[in-house]
Amino acid sequence: MSNPIEVTLTHRMNLPDEENLLDRMAQGVVSTPMDRPEGPLKVSGTATYADEDHPPGTAYGWFVRAAITSGRVTGLNTRELEAMPGVLAVIRDNRMIRNPAQGGDAKSPHQGPSEVFYKGQPIALVVAETFEQARDAALAARPDYKDRSDRAVILPTRTDYEKPRSKQSSQGNLDKAMRNAAFAVDVEYDTPSMSHAAMEPHAAVAWWQDGRLTVRGSYQMLNSNAQELADALGISVKKVRILSRYVGGGFGSKLGIGHEGVGAAIAAQKLDRPVAIALHRRQVFEATHRRSETRQRVRLCCDADGRMTGIGHEAWVSNLPGETFSEPVTQATPFTWAGENREIGHYIGRLNLTGAGSMRAPGEAVGVPITDAAMDELAEAAGIDPVEFRLRNIPEADPSSGKPFSSNRLADCIRIGAERFGWSGRPKVPGSRREGEWLIGFGMSGVIRVNMLGDSTARVTLRPDGTALVETDMTDIGTGSYSVLTQIAAEMLGLPPDRVTTVLGDSDLPPSIGSGGSRGAASSGSSVMLAARAVRGKLAERMGCDEEDLTLKDGTAIAGNRQRDLADVLAGDILQGTGTIKRGAAEAHHRQSSWGAEFCEVAVSSVTGEVHVRRLSGVFAAGRILNAKTARSQCMGGMIFGIGQALHEEVFHDARDGSFMNRDLAEYHVPANLDVPHIDIELLMDDRDPYANPMQAKGIGELALCGTAAAIVNAIANATGHRFRSFPITLDKVLEKLG
Amino acid sequence: MRAFDYARAQTPADAIGTDARIIAGGTNLLDLMKLQVETPERLIDINHVGLDQVERDGDGLRIGALVRNSDLAAHPAVRQDWPLLSRALLAGASPQLRNRASTGGNLMQRTRCYYFYDLDAPCNKRVPGSGCGAIGGVNRIHAILGASEHCIATYPGDMAVALSALDAVVEVEGPDGRREIPATAFHRLPGDRPDLDNELQPGEMILSVRLPAPLGGRQIYRKVRDRRSYAFALVSVAAAVTMQGGRMDRVRLAFGGVAHKPWRVPAAEQMLAGQAPSAELFDRAAAAVLEGARGQGHNDFKIPLLRRTLAAVLAEAVQESA
Repeated sequence: MSNPIEVTLTHRMNLPDEENLLDRMAQGVVSTPMDRPEGPLKVSGTATYADEDHPPGTAYGWFVRAAITSGRVTGLNTRELEAMPGVLAVIRDNRMIRNPAQGGDAKSPHQGPSEVFYKGQPIALVVAETFEQARDAALAARPDYKDRSDRAVILPTRTDYEKPRSKQSSQGNLDKAMRNAAFAVDVEYDTPSMSHAAMEPHAAVAWWQDGRLTVRGSYQMLNSNAQELADALGISVKKVRILSRYVGGGFGSKLGIGHEGVGAAIAAQKLDRPVAIALHRRQVFEATHRRSETRQRVRLCCDADGRMTGIGHEAWVSNLPGETFSEPVTQATPFTWAGENREIGHYIGRLNLTGAGSMRAPGEAVGVPITDAAMDELAEAAGIDPVEFRLRNIPEADPSSGKPFSSNRLADCIRIGAERFGWSGRPKVPGSRREGEWLIGFGMSGVIRVNMLGDSTARVTLRPDGTALVETDMTDIGTGSYSVLTQIAAEMLGLPPDRVTTVLGDSDLPPSIGSGGSRGAASSGSSVMLAARAVRGKLAERMGCDEEDLTLKDGTAIAGNRQRDLADVLAGDILQGTGTIKRGAAEAHHRQSSWGAEFCEVAVSSVTGEVHVRRLSGVFAAGRILNAKTARSQCMGGMIFGIGQALHEEVFHDARDGSFMNRDLAEYHVPANLDVPHIDIELLMDDRDPYANPMQAKGIGELALCGTAAAIVNAIANATGHRFRSFPITLDKVLEKLG
Repeated sequence: MRAFDYARAQTPADAIGTDARIIAGGTNLLDLMKLQVETPERLIDINHVGLDQVERDGDGLRIGALVRNSDLAAHPAVRQDWPLLSRALLAGASPQLRNRASTGGNLMQRTRCYYFYDLDAPCNKRVPGSGCGAIGGVNRIHAILGASEHCIATYPGDMAVALSALDAVVEVEGPDGRREIPATAFHRLPGDRPDLDNELQPGEMILSVRLPAPLGGRQIYRKVRDRRSYAFALVSVAAAVTMQGGRMDRVRLAFGGVAHKPWRVPAAEQMLAGQAPSAELFDRAAAAVLEGARGQGHNDFKIPLLRRTLAAVLAEAVQESA
């Protein structure tokens, strides 16, 4: 076959998109509820995840955990372990990391195996011929410690918080506004330490060939993961390849390179054979990342008409010493609701506790439900219906910066959602509706998640037979990347989707932003669109027309009254487009966010305090919806995540030493099937956001989570007449107030 | 998991009197072995010895030790005459686990105490003399009744709570022959030997569980937990109540999630028998059940929770059977 004819197209998102190209294409594939191309592999168990395919000769690794809260490791019974059956090596290497890299860091938290910062930190790696032998030997490890401390200082008892100047802000005079307000609330809420609890445990298989490392792992952001791994090992990024074809859930826990990737690479190098490491569920809980616990103080005030005059939001969070990430709790507070007097505080406590990192919708996931629950309290104080109260307080422009919104459909979502849900049937008096022992209540919440773009590149190859290949290092963490990227290329090139093959999850492919921060589909999708557009340009040349006059549909090219089969136009040539989207000024001049509203009906047992979610309904606006089915699934997943946040999820730290006590899925509770009612979802399919990217699509992967817990806790307040300010709302907390 | 020897028993006699650890469904033992909480040197697999039938035994029922939880819960005789047992079984675990778990194994399941599972934490049940991490630690799921200074763990199962209320009998055989242990006495309190969960002696094997004649009346199993399925009981109440002339006649009550064994208080049952139901009486019965109850901090709520749940269950039982 001949060499491809290459063409590139790079677009920097400086100006709003005026072409709205996808709406002008003819294939009609984008936005449809297309099934996942890889779906049959997944449901038949034949999609190979990271630890499901081991090269011949693979050895197996298992980490030794630190059993102290802080101190130094001075020795280990290495000789004894090495003598155990099948043991190949006991590795304590200075290139080992303390904790996984944070998303997008592109550097690794170098540490070495000697200094201990948290209980459960990996301090050695045992490699053996079999998985069972490695585990057996690792459990026989007896580390010697020095300067040992078994005490952790957990968040509520700390006083010495860092207050980074860049994370505090103030405008007007909130104290004065609170004093002069007709109605005001000043409340404290808390949320617990949480764990991502993705179904697939973290795993990596590493091998070296001709000085180059390949790691098959479970990661979300391959371009930065390759850099992080290279940084940890002290080698050039060119010497590293990461493969993550399928990822069994990430939720942020696989954003950065982790112990398993670095450990497998070091061991494979030392032993000169492939090494696989799959973390045990208990290690996933304590040796990856968690979402920080938060304490939040919210001050809100309004005038007699329920128009808000002030918002204060302060958050106390934690992380390991030296980590730059801190849960950005207040991220949506500056722009969501009106009020000219504003104060934001962000305080970080340093703890010897498993590191905190990004977990699905870092910031809004825990910030929005709290400000929204406080809004509900203020609406009640003001005697105004919660829906009406929120509608009165949607600002015209970002009240902190004065920037206009790129698009703001919050009011539409609230109105449509109220109608769908039957909000008018809400019990007017809290605690007034009863069915047997069950107290019934309705609640609602605004749903907000900032929208972001990340630099991304993709390659689209149109082959002589009129089939296309899409390639980028983007990952599919269960979100539907394979689906939407296939659809975008099919739409742009006028091909039925089964003539497009999408290959992802290989760091040797053109770099994308990866999966994180709800940026993946819009960013990598835009790069696919640009790559395909470059190919369209070449086809237009061959058809003798301008690109805008070219129609591609069902494998044919149409210009004016001429219609030709694509294979005929290609005449044996391969056309290869490389498209790149880059962040630009559009995001600097306009405030971008995805929006939604959720409505909930709960039943609370007056006997046991158990809370059952009976109905959950959501309306969402996220610009163009790329696939109605995967988008709906993302929203459903977010809402279920939110049920867990409201009612179930909590890491139990032993207050004496910080230990994660409930480190398995039997005792760390996420919602089970019975906890999830029918979930009703409407997507605003007509929404477009020209400032977001050329597809006019925004992030949806995390959106639906950012408010669910408030809809639930507000419904509990309506059912019981009591406000609950400590998450999760477990039955003991309810019982305490029911009396 | 430590390396171990494995043998398959063809008959119960192959397993009785050996020092091998018996494995049936393995739903609990395998997990504990992987974590090295349990490190048996020898396993003997009894899945092929029979003992997998449910048979009539006079007015009662004899349940083979290897009858799976799913099959037992679905058995027509159990559903008809001992519905409490069926409901308790279905409140436990998940369908996949119930398909695998056996009647005998369910009785033998070990505590879910976090410290028992954590090899680096002190636990007198796992390592006698090492201390109890749960006292002063995270103890939301722990015992409020019958605990000791050495152990505050709970027995986590549901089936045994129903068996206790139904006055079932566990039939076991050891090298010295067969004997019967009442379900109410099968599990132990921790005392100063929390390493011993129950009265089964070394070399003994559970052959079957015998249910006496049906109690009749309303039978309710209410399990209160942190999510609606696949969670262990914080408190569970098993109740069987018959009525006669507007008065409670026979009353059987057992409680799960509150002690090292299913909790049964005959005095509370006697207090109710022969009496007309009233909220005040239910409260007094609850007070009798809770005599000596003591919270450990995180689990203090179990005391009012048990009281409230018992009152609600009794109110339901007397109403529907009237």
